[in-house]
Amino acid sequence: MDIEEIFKRNVPGVRDILAKKNVAVAGCGGLGSNAAVALTRAGIGKLIIADFDVVELSNLNRQYFFLADVGKRKTDALAAHLLAINPQLNIQAHFTELTPGTVCELFAEADLLIEAFDRAESKAWLIETWCVHFPHKPVVCASGLSGVGNTGTLTVRRSGNIIMCGDFETDMSMGLISSRVAIAANMQANEAIEILIRGIDKDGHH
Amino acid sequence: MVIINNRDKLEWQESMTVRDLLTKMGYTYSLITVTVNGELVPKENYEDHAVPDGADVTVFHLAHGG
Repeated sequence: MDIEEIFKRNVPGVRDILAKKNVAVAGCGGLGSNAAVALTRAGIGKLIIADFDVVELSNLNRQYFFLADVGKRKTDALAAHLLAINPQLNIQAHFTELTPGTVCELFAEADLLIEAFDRAESKAWLIETWCVHFPHKPVVCASGLSGVGNTGTLTVRRSGNIIMCGDFETDMSMGLISSRVAIAANMQANEAIEILIRGIDKDGHH
Repeated sequence: MVIINNRDKLEWQESMTVRDLLTKMGYTYSLITVTVNGELVPKENYEDHAVPDGADVTVFHLAHGG
C-alpha cells in the first residue's frame, strides 16, 4: 500500500508543501480536533497538539471523538484518530494545561498556530503570547461559532499575522452545534493551508 | 484619521493611545485583541501605545466557544 495515494485527489502540489510543515494546535475540543483532522487529510507533515482534558460524553456532539474514547485523554484519542488517517503523520501530543511559558516551549518549532481554546480569556492570552514571542508566525483563531444556522455570518477577518474565523458575537452559553463548530474549525484549517501554501503579506492579505 | 476594522473612521488626535481610541469608540467589552497597523498591542500597553495618524486599527471580539 502506497500511503501517498491518500493525497492523489488533493490539489496538485499541496501535499508536497504541507508535508514539510509543522502546525501547533492549542486545544483538542470542537475546534482543535476537527481542524487537526482537516490538516491531516490535506497532508500536513507534523502536528503538535495539546490539551488537558479527557473525552466526555458531552463532547461527542461536536468533537472528533467516539464512544470508545470516553475517559481517554483527548490528546491520546485524537492522535490515534489522526494516525488512523495517515500513519506517516508526525504527531507530538502534550497532555498538559498550556500556559504562556509552555506555549513558547512546546510550540517553538511550529510554522503556524491554530488557536482552539473555548474560553475567551484563554484565547486572549494565547494570541498575545504567540504574537509577542513569534511575531513572524501566523496564528489562526476562532471567535463566535455558537447557536444554530446563520451560516452567512461566519467569516474571516485578518490583521497582520492574526487570522480570525467566526461571527465574533455568538457565545457558547447559546449552545454549540456540530455543523457550526465544524465550519469554524474547517475555516481555520482552510486559512492555515492557504497561508502555508501561499504565505502572507504584511497587510494580512494572502 | 484612523480607520477601525476597515469600516469605522475616527478623527486622529495628538498623542492618542489605544485606550483613548477604545474609549472614544465605546469598546467596553474587555475580551478583545487589538492590532495597530497589523501589529498586536499587548493589553498592558493600551495606556501607552500611541496610535499614529492614518493608522489601520483592528479590534477583534473574542467570544467564548470552542
